Amino acid sequence: MRILIEGGRVIDPAHAVDEQMDLLIEDGRIIRLIRNAAGSTPSSTGKGKSSKGSKSQVNEIGPVDRVMDATGLVVCPGLIDMHVHLRQPGREDKETIASGTMAAARGGFTAVCCMPNTDPVNDSRSVTDFILDTSKREGAVQVYPVGAITKGLRGEELAEIGELFEAGCVAISDDGRPVMSAELMRRAMEYAAMFDLPVIQHSEDLHLSGRGVVHEGFVSTDLGLRGIPAASEAVMVARDILLAELTGARLHIAHVSAAESVRLIRDAKARGVRVSCEATPHHIALTEDAIRGFRTHAKMNPPLRSEADRQALLEGLCDGTIDVIATDHAPHTVQEKEQELDLAPFGVIGLETALAVTLTTMVHSGMLSLSVAIAKLSSEPARILNLPKGRIAEGTDADITIFDPNRDWTVESSTFASKSRNTPFDGWRLKGGAVATLVAGKVVWEA
Amino acid sequence: MGLAGKDLLSMQELTVDEIRLILDTTESMKDVARRDIKKVPALRGKTLINLFYESSTRTRTSFEIAGKWLSADVINISASSSSVTKGESLKDTGLTLQAMHPDIVVIRHPSSGAAEFLAKRLAASVINAGDGAHEHPSQALLDLYTIREKLGRLEGLKAAIIGDIAHSRVARSNIRGMQKMGMEVRVAGPRTMLPRFIERLGVEVFTDLERAVAEVDVIMMLRLQIERQQAGLFPSLREYSRLFGLTAQRLKVAQPQVLIMHPGPINRGVEIAPDVADGPFSLILNQVENGLAVRMALLYLLAGGGQAG
Repeated sequence: MRILIEGGRVIDPAHAVDEQMDLLIEDGRIIRLIRNAAGSTPSSTGKGKSSKGSKSQVNEIGPVDRVMDATGLVVCPGLIDMHVHLRQPGREDKETIASGTMAAARGGFTAVCCMPNTDPVNDSRSVTDFILDTSKREGAVQVYPVGAITKGLRGEELAEIGELFEAGCVAISDDGRPVMSAELMRRAMEYAAMFDLPVIQHSEDLHLSGRGVVHEGFVSTDLGLRGIPAASEAVMVARDILLAELTGARLHIAHVSAAESVRLIRDAKARGVRVSCEATPHHIALTEDAIRGFRTHAKMNPPLRSEADRQALLEGLCDGTIDVIATDHAPHTVQEKEQELDLAPFGVIGLETALAVTLTTMVHSGMLSLSVAIAKLSSEPARILNLPKGRIAEGTDADITIFDPNRDWTVESSTFASKSRNTPFDGWRLKGGAVATLVAGKVVWEA
Repeated sequence: MGLAGKDLLSMQELTVDEIRLILDTTESMKDVARRDIKKVPALRGKTLINLFYESSTRTRTSFEIAGKWLSADVINISASSSSVTKGESLKDTGLTLQAMHPDIVVIRHPSSGAAEFLAKRLAASVINAGDGAHEHPSQALLDLYTIREKLGRLEGLKAAIIGDIAHSRVARSNIRGMQKMGMEVRVAGPRTMLPRFIERLGVEVFTDLERAVAEVDVIMMLRLQIERQQAGLFPSLREYSRLFGLTAQRLKVAQPQVLIMHPGPINRGVEIAPDVADGPFSLILNQVENGLAVRMALLYLLAGGGQAG
């Protein structure tokens, strides 16, 4: 199979490339980059469309099976979402590897990292094997499992991290639950460092969070909802930074939400601590006000915080403190979310809106260049997780996202590929969206 | 004129005119309560369901008697003896009740927003009888009525609300209601019980009881929930009472005729001394009595439509 993607604006942040190029793909790999200033390429159809199966002779390129016309579109390394809950095994009513990876493909993602809080927990090779096998058979995109830090996510004893690494886990995390014991976290970091595995922490002091359901701020006071203070996250971030300094291990802080955390991470990076972090599209686009009306689709953990916190996240993204944009895609059933706010589970889905929310909030507003935004969605997660992905070069896997940065569309959760509908963005007008997603040279989804 | 909405969910959503209408309607309902035969046909053929997910004496009884005096059929459901114990969701409980065509559902629930949740799903009028720490509008309305009855006005008066503001729906509803009616509101309590950014609601904030009660016309004490001690919000009943309990001694700094209110149930000797609770300026039992009339007014305005008796 030979595919020519022609006429697109190729943006490859890892190589500081941003120019019009054609890509020739063969047997799953990119075999040629063709700089074509004149733009003189053959047999293209309308804008954004592609002509299937035209085995035509194309200049000196040789015969191709398909030409994809990317005129007016961006062609970039396949997007990687390093924080996703696929819910399989255990909660296939919320999401499966098949449905979650199809949602990823629709969102322009060619790879996802799935968190270990499945049932059973991914704390052993057998569960990792199951996830990888199922992904190979049923998955639309590449799946990289994240293993547990502790057995059963109980925060008591280390999981068999060495075996998880050998089985293919790319990081370890007790996501959804913080490792509350500082001693155990220290040992986890030391142990993971033997395999150069990043330790991903859901930073939260459970004592400070208590039974909180939303950000502790004016809105929680106004509505009489139990609050989760920003300090609940930040004290854990501070603790883990100190432990990363102590151990020299690699720490990745999931879904940063508070201004204090951004400040702590910025300072730590300046000191040379090996810390990286991510922010979610919902924390970038929304604030605590979204919870008004007791909207359970705006309930997640960490909670949507104040406008000052949101501004700090934007600043952190712009100055490089925040390396990655990741969704924390957390599917829940309709009946679970259609409850009293106190009782509804934390979490929102994000795979099918992440790119558009990022473009609308940060790129079209002029805050972030397209190239930097793409880096945070591709080359940066690849760098943090040591994945052989996230760049465009001759010989690399042809994991490619083609998107239209300017397409206006309205979010309709009823059309999602995900099994769940718990998005805070339903009905939003967004600008920008995936047009085609290629994994290892195969078109796994196209508009 | 009547109330704009189908439901009564919060003081937040009521206009000044609507509050006045409710207070004026309460006035005529009080006459019914004074009659020998306490029955008017205003809600004959109407069905009122009291759906209580938390224990309650005065609010539930008050709505029940109010409904009966207006000739409605009244049904009480408490969570502990209903399908809720079988795991039925609020949505399904609501839909089940709706299928029985009630005209009004009064809900008390430990989760903020529960009344609004139910109101969105029911054709019946929903009255919020307390949702979490959010609102308890009928309490605020009876408090406003009681103050107006005693002092003849609301505008320009000053009130101090004292105690566990963070967890109090009574405080939130009263802050909104009092401010709408032109009153000035102070809050006071231990720092651990004053929610962050409370001052943005336009209240003056104190941690010293005596400073808070000086110069006010109304002192509203809140019930202390004893279990907050385990949560670390106060060290002991002894210390709470010493710092935030209202005693005759403390009242010396207040205006001589200051009105003393409490939504009940009271902890005698904790947030309020017995002689103050039973004293000449205590309105605690007036509040209970007026609560009945206010609830009659609410039921009438939401479901009556016809003539008051």
